Amino acid sequence: MIMFDMPIIDTELCNGCGLCLTVCECGALVITDSVVTIHETYECGYCTECEAVCPTGAIQCPYEIIIEDSFEQTLEQGFQ
Amino acid sequence: MAIDVDLLRGNPYFAGLGEADLEAVAQRMFEQSVERGDMILMEEDPSEAIYFVVSGAVKVFKTSIEGKEQILCLLRTGESFNDVPILDGGPNVASAIAMTPVVLYGMTRTDMEELLRENPTIAMNVIRVLSRKVRHFVSMVEDLSFRDVTSRVAKLLLDYATDHGGPEEGGQRPRLTQQEMAAMVGTAREVVGRSLKVLEEEGAIRMDRHRIVVTNRRALQQKGGVA
Repeated sequence: MIMFDMPIIDTELCNGCGLCLTVCECGALVITDSVVTIHETYECGYCTECEAVCPTGAIQCPYEIIIEDSFEQTLEQGFQ
Repeated sequence: MAIDVDLLRGNPYFAGLGEADLEAVAQRMFEQSVERGDMILMEEDPSEAIYFVVSGAVKVFKTSIEGKEQILCLLRTGESFNDVPILDGGPNVASAIAMTPVVLYGMTRTDMEELLRENPTIAMNVIRVLSRKVRHFVSMVEDLSFRDVTSRVAKLLLDYATDHGGPEEGGQRPRLTQQEMAAMVGTAREVVGRSLKVLEEEGAIRMDRHRIVVTNRRALQQKGGVA
């Protein structure tokens, strides 16, 4: 089972044009019943090009935004 | 291969043309297929033709001396590129690469000039298309020169990383797409992509697959103008 995030497809918005499949280098996207679905693969590098080319906004590659300060910085901030 | 007149009919360059005029356009067109990753145009090369995307996606971009890339636009079916050199006779203003297998219709400068002289409807359409492109690029110039988008992206990342409650607080980690970030800071997705690269190069963040990791909060605060 793959434990990391993959692009998200909104099947309501997908018009099945297949443009995302042609830009995807890893074969993570497949057309099923005229809409794009995700095939989970470790090869997906989250390049977000599928999201960039989608003409209907059906693909989303969201980022989690987290802080990973160095220990020194964290201490410094804590004492300010 | 024969040019599909129906595809031309839906193109802004040829809107409002009758069948005879569309046939005249089709006769001057050529078809070109390129593989994914193929360079279609190189910036500063002599210009040969204007291109219309029939299928696939094309990235139009400029590259700095240091090799940094600024995407000008991503083009899909029906959109044209290399319009300006065909009209002013200069070299290609930008490079173009196929993001997917791409089918193009092309027309040489000589043929386009003949068409423009023969058909004022096409000339008016060209003016409208170019006007839209000028608006797009003026907006991009504004973003890149007068408005510090990188600074606003830095502030956005700080706000989301610190104000939206991490799992330890029982909240949901903030998740944003580049498109959403673009909408939030009032710019184009391409400009957000560039800003994230700048912040990563400066060591403020690390792009870690589906995570944007703030590796140096102080650097991000300085970039974002946050005390």
